[in-house]
This record gives sequence, C-alpha cells and structure tokens, in this order.
Amino acid sequence: MKLVTAVIKPFKLDEVRSALETFGVQGMTVSEASGYGRQKGHTEVYRGAEYTVDLVPKLRLEVLVDDPDADDVVDVIAKSAQTGKIGDGKVWVTPVEAVIRVRTGETGAEAL
Amino acid sequence: MPEISAGDTAWVLASSALVLLMTPGLAFFYGGMVRSKNVLNMLMMSFICLAIVPVLWVLYGYSISFDTDAASGLFGGLGEVGLRGIGLDSVSGTIPEYAFVAFQLMFAIVTVALISGAIADRAKFGAWALFVVLWVSIVYFPVAHWVFAFDGGDGGWIGDRLGALDFAGGTAVHINAGAAALALALVVGKRTGWRREQMRPHNLPFVVLGAGLLWFGWFGFNSGSAVAANGLAAGAFINTAVATAAAILGWLAVEVVRDKHATTLGGASGAVTGLVAITPACAAVSPLGAILVGLLAGLACSLAIGLKYRFGYDDSLDVVGVHLVGGIVGTLLIGFLATADFTGGPEGLFFGGGGEQLGKQAVAAGAVMVYSFVVTYILGTIVHRLVGFRVTTDDEATGLDQVEHAETAYEFGTATGTPAGRLRTPQADPDRVATASAEEGVKA
Repeated sequence: MKLVTAVIKPFKLDEVRSALETFGVQGMTVSEASGYGRQKGHTEVYRGAEYTVDLVPKLRLEVLVDDPDADDVVDVIAKSAQTGKIGDGKVWVTPVEAVIRVRTGETGAEAL
Repeated sequence: MPEISAGDTAWVLASSALVLLMTPGLAFFYGGMVRSKNVLNMLMMSFICLAIVPVLWVLYGYSISFDTDAASGLFGGLGEVGLRGIGLDSVSGTIPEYAFVAFQLMFAIVTVALISGAIADRAKFGAWALFVVLWVSIVYFPVAHWVFAFDGGDGGWIGDRLGALDFAGGTAVHINAGAAALALALVVGKRTGWRREQMRPHNLPFVVLGAGLLWFGWFGFNSGSAVAANGLAAGAFINTAVATAAAILGWLAVEVVRDKHATTLGGASGAVTGLVAITPACAAVSPLGAILVGLLAGLACSLAIGLKYRFGYDDSLDVVGVHLVGGIVGTLLIGFLATADFTGGPEGLFFGGGGEQLGKQAVAAGAVMVYSFVVTYILGTIVHRLVGFRVTTDDEATGLDQVEHAETAYEFGTATGTPAGRLRTPQADPDRVATASAEEGVKA
C-alpha cells in the first residue's frame, strides 16, 4: 500500500475531490496547512508597519491506495490541482506498512 | 430653586449610557489589535475599569472632581465623599445631580481604560488594577476638576478660571490618557520581540466593531457634554459626525500615498482619531471647521504613529499617536477655528480673535500633558517596584490569557473540542457517570 500526500491550493479542493471520486477513490483526509515553496509569502501593512507573511494557507490531502493505483492517483491529483501558476503545490508517495479499519478490524487492501 | 428640565435630563441619562458603551467598545477596538493569546487580557484591562472606577467615583472621586473648589482650582473638597448631601432632589443646572454624577463617571472610566493599549501583551493584571486605582485618584479626578468644574469663575483653573475651551475632554481625557500612555510604556518597557517578531492584529473585524461602538457612544460623550437637549448639543452632534468622517479620509489618504493600500485598520484608526480631535472642539467650531479639524487630525495621527519606531518606545496600540497627538491637534485648533456662533464669545485666530485663545489652549494642553506624564511615571514606577508590572518572559511567550486569567479565547482546530481536556472541578460523581453511560448503552 501507498500513502499519497498532496499539498494543494485550498480553492482547488472541490475539483481534486471529484476527480478522485470519479477515479474510484473511496475516502481521504484533508487538513489545513500552511507553508511555502517557491511562491514565498506576501506583504501586509498594519498602521504603516510592513510584515512579510511567509506561510501561505494550503490544504494537505492524504489518500491511502493499493500499490498499482498509486501512479494513477498521483496523476489525477496533479492534473486536477493544476492552475499553471506558481504555488500549485506538490504530490508525493510514501510506502505504508500496515492499515487497519477500526470498525471491522479488516487489514491491508481490504481496509482501503 | 432651579427647574429640572425633563428633556435635558433624558438626554444626559441616555448620553451616560452611550458613554458607558465606549469602554466595551474600546475593549474590542484594542482586543482585535493584539495577538490571539492576549485578547482576553486586553478586554479585561478595559472591563476592570468598569468595575473599579464607579466604586471610587461614589466613594470620593466625584467629590474631588466636582465638590466646591478647595485649592485655587486644583481639586474639589471632600464635602461630597460618599455622595453625601446629594439626593433625589439635588439639582445641577437643569438636571438632577445624580444624572450629572453618572454622566461624569463614564468619562473617568473610559479615560483610564484608554491607557491600557500602550502596555498591551505584557502587564500583570493585578498591577494594572492597582495602577487604575492610583491613576484615577491622583491624576484623573483632579484634572477633571481643572477642566470640567465650573463655579462662576471659582471652579477648575483651566476651564473656569483660565478660560481655555475644552468641551468634552480633549485635555482631561485624551491628552491626559495619551501622556500617561507614553509614561507607562516607558516604565513597563517593550514587548519581548518587539520589531523582530510578528505582532499582527489577530482580529480586524473586532477592531472595526470597536471603532463603530466608540463612534456611537461618542455622540453621548460630545453632544451630551452640552448637559442639555438644545442647539449646542445638536451642533456638537453634527460636528462629531463630520469630523470623524473627514479624519477617516485623511488617514486613508496618507496610507494610499505611503503604503499603496487603504487598510481596514487605517479606517478604524482614522475614525477614532477624528473623534478624539473633535472632542474638545465640538462646541467651538462650525461644521466646516470640524471637517478641517478631522482632516488635519487624520493626517497628523497617521504620521505620528511612526514616532514610536523612531524613538524606540513600544506604545503597542498607538495611544500616544492617536490620543495624545489627536488631543493636542483638536485642543490647539480651537485657538484658530473657534467661532463666536458656537462659543458665545471667544474667537480663534482665523475669526479675528487674535492669539489670546490659542495661548490659553496651549497652556491647558501643556499643563495636562506635563502633569499627567510626570505623575504617571512616578505612579507606574511605584507599582513596578511594589508588585512588578511585567509578567516573566516565559509567561509573555505563553500569552496573558492563559497565565493571568486561566482561559483561552478561541478553540482552534478540532482536537481541542474533544475530551483532550477534562473537567477537574467540580468533580463529577463517578457512580452517577457510570450509571448514566450504562443506561445510554441499554437505550442504544
């Protein structure tokens, strides 16, 4: 099994989610995140005092998939999250040793 | 025996309630500007003034401010301690004296609360409470006598004897609080990490909400200071509206030129600046004059807030830049723009009155500023030596809400709402809890 993690622009969530659903992904975990890559931050001004805000709001999306699906899922996310502008985010894949479904106790691919 | 006017009484009582609302309004105005870990402390610094000052006012404050003068215009006597001798039949002008007592009380509350913005994020709550007691007693009550006590030339030395014009408290409230803020910021010292760390306002909607409440309440502050429901009250009302508007425009103009953006914080700050500047002048200038007062105050104060960076004092929420500078602008402009139509006599430099009134205005502003700065510096130092004004650096990093009040303003994220936190006291009865969950299980 693999864990596909994606950091995306928040407003892209709906598109990514429906693309993954169409592909057949059953569930995912989404959390709010902040960070920066090449996009860097922006400047804010409060009573004449300038602040550079380095961390930009993002969403982190996590999907557990069976090994053969990993490449396709990465592809689906990368396509649906893309705007072509700087700050689109990243997608990466990590191996997963074990998965268990809490309700039934099923393990491995059964639990996905 | 003087007649009580029902209309005047109604307006002064309503105005008193309006002015009271300014203090919670100020709490939100300030609260939104601090970091989220300190917002409750900021609110409480204002709120505690609503608790301490009324008690002192009834005990001896009103007497020091408004009893028959006891020392050449410096303070009143102690004849009305505990409001002795004042009853339901007592009359002050055309209103019951209790109405006047209530109206003036609200001024005392908000004035000391204004100072809190200068020492946001780092003061011990107990030390602040002690300071509030000392400051209103030794600074505000006498200065209110100087400016607001009228007794046919035998009242306070600034208002009644010198003849400086300060309708609603440009000197007694704003220059007074602003100079005190500067002194206290110097005594307490800078926030840890000032000018190095991010100290952005955590909730600008609160700031705008607070500015709105202040503006609303300020109509009672200025227009109510006519202590009558008459033409002068209405004149002060329209002046308060238009000066505030002009000050927002002035502040935003500076921002657009300097920073390229008209900011929300700038709009809210501009409004308060205009309100401050028109406070002394609202019954001395025409509505056109009020526009000029507001505009100049907006321009001056939006630039003055940069002074703290140049001189290196951490007046955290710009009490000096807004209240001291705005108060001085409004108080001095009376010397230029006062018109006999409003004042009933004295005229400013631009209306043929010569420099005499301007001189009086300068003396009044200077005297209150120096007295407030010096005495506040001494009082602040006493409190600092006695109990320590600052929390530790660790506590400052943790945040005052948790350290000083054992509370958190906001639930961030999902984890904090779950049983990650458990009720410690009062203890739940373990047997009953067990039975209850068993019953739930049966039903399920």
